[in-house]
Amino acid sequence: MLPTVSEPPAGEVGALREAHLGAFRFMLRARLLDDKFAALYRAGKIHGGVFLGRGQEALSVAVGISLVKTDVFAPLIRDGAGRLAFGEPMLDAIRTYLGSALGSMRGRDGNVHRGRPHAGLLPMISHLGAMISVVNGMLLARQLKGISGTVGAACIGEGATSTGSFHEALNQAAVEKLPLVLVVANNQYAYSTPNARQFACADLADRAAGYGVAAHSVDGTDLTDCLATVGAAVAGARAGGGPQLVVANLLRLCGHGEHDDASYVASALKKSGLGRDCLKIAEDILLREQWADAAEIAVWRSAALREIEDHVAQVQREPAPDPFAEAWTALSSQHLSEGQVQ
Amino acid sequence: MSITYLEAIREAQARALRDDPRVFIYGQDVGEFGGAFKATKNLAREYPGRVLDAPISEDAIVGLAVGAAIEGMRPIIEMQFADFSTVGFNQIVNQAATLFWRTQVPCPITVRLPFGGTSGSGPFHSQSLEAIYAHYPGVVVLTPATVEDAYSLLLAAVAIDDPVIFCEHKLLYYHLKAEKLPTEALPIGKARIHREGRDLTIVTYSAMVHEAAAAATELATEGWEIEVVDLRSVKPLDTDTVVASVARTGRLLCVGEAWPWGGVTAEVIARVTAEGYGLLDAPPQRLNAKDTPVPYHPNLWAAHRPTARSIAAAARNLLRT
Repeated sequence: MLPTVSEPPAGEVGALREAHLGAFRFMLRARLLDDKFAALYRAGKIHGGVFLGRGQEALSVAVGISLVKTDVFAPLIRDGAGRLAFGEPMLDAIRTYLGSALGSMRGRDGNVHRGRPHAGLLPMISHLGAMISVVNGMLLARQLKGISGTVGAACIGEGATSTGSFHEALNQAAVEKLPLVLVVANNQYAYSTPNARQFACADLADRAAGYGVAAHSVDGTDLTDCLATVGAAVAGARAGGGPQLVVANLLRLCGHGEHDDASYVASALKKSGLGRDCLKIAEDILLREQWADAAEIAVWRSAALREIEDHVAQVQREPAPDPFAEAWTALSSQHLSEGQVQ
Repeated sequence: MSITYLEAIREAQARALRDDPRVFIYGQDVGEFGGAFKATKNLAREYPGRVLDAPISEDAIVGLAVGAAIEGMRPIIEMQFADFSTVGFNQIVNQAATLFWRTQVPCPITVRLPFGGTSGSGPFHSQSLEAIYAHYPGVVVLTPATVEDAYSLLLAAVAIDDPVIFCEHKLLYYHLKAEKLPTEALPIGKARIHREGRDLTIVTYSAMVHEAAAAATELATEGWEIEVVDLRSVKPLDTDTVVASVARTGRLLCVGEAWPWGGVTAEVIARVTAEGYGLLDAPPQRLNAKDTPVPYHPNLWAAHRPTARSIAAAARNLLRT
């Protein structure tokens, strides 16, 4: 899988280099943004929870970077890197976490529950597995409208594979032969529940055969593997190969949320290959391949920190939602809201 | 030439498919087979590729509809029985019903629920779930009682930009007939005076409108003039028409086939009590199904739900107070 082994042609090396450099910078920005959210959380500046993508950036960015703007993306709670790569403005994340009235969710929903459906970016609800069939619906609608070549990716964790929604939606996608890429981040724990209490099959990728869909396994700590495998899955879906199930093995390098110290994570897992930090590994790849040097990476880091600080400072000056200006109706047809019918 | 309640639902869907290329139908057995009740009979043939059989996956069925709605489509979902919509409940109340409020992107989906009791159907093919859905913000809940409303409210449901729970009563499917389809209709959210009277108001909806009307006919032989208000839509609920009727009669009986706890009848009484307390000559009453699962045997079923006879008895008691 490593490019240096097979000595690909120079053009491919160039493309590989560009993909790694682009992906790494999204990963770095996502990690630093997560660090900022954690700091704001500890300072009491964020209402509600904070959920980080630490340890899952390589997988997440591979999803975002493999999609094009006209595709559909349903990220989950640890997909900051994939969101940035798909094109979500960093301001959307900061505004939603800080509850700015100017954010896409306008203070009505928070933290990771953000998106822009008409831009193909779906705002997750908390019920796990529930976004997959929504992606299916967008893909089916495009088929009905005669639009082809579009792909929809949904990200979930291994815990969500236990839900009925997951089963129904993956089967539905298979029946309709939809270009769905379902990415499972097997990060070993669903909140505190270890895999041994979550499922009994040897490998979640084995489930693909039961649904009649293609399976891909990937080392979620290795950016090169993530880019190649997720890229192949997206290409397979785009080429008409039907749903693709990607299972990435990795370890969550943080708590479920910042309220959680993750003391239940086994130290043996932390010391295993799964516990490697994908950002460090990606940096090592860049240095080893001489695609970037330490000075360049330091420049990217300081530029990202400045970008984050500037955005946070801007958002902190923005208005909070005003309950007296709120419409307080959940219907688009406002004349049908309770108390409004004339 | 006459048309049944079920045929009206089929005709409304045919017209929606004909008039609006964004409409498609998705549900179990709705395709070539034409649906468990034949509400989509021949539609798959008349509109190829737009009437799609779904796997037995209510959650994914509704989720798919939400996704399609985001893409600008107007899906009509057929739940085979209202009872099974509980499997898709999460997608209805948490996905569809919150989408516009969260994102300003409308969610124009219509979920058809064949609901209500029929003899011999038992606990899992008889339920009335309008109150459960009406409890959630972000949905419109319609309960047509007539052939005309089955047609016009279904077309209205498809036309509006919000999720609609369309409760169509199975008992009315074959027996309720009209001469022709309507050319005009009351809008969503307006109740209708089904029968005028001056002594007591019965507020109800769906199949119970006909039970209440039969009770009113029976009571007319005793000299009572009963007004029957058909809500048509339980959410939004037309409080004004209800209060105006109570202002005329001074007495209120609410009737629903659903279970009593926290339901539509409780909501109507709460509103009338709050907004029209001074109009009441007697404490408002309600009559619902018993607080048990819906029984299978006809003897038990007939006693479980309100009927013309039990409605008339409740009305007599109220008229005497």
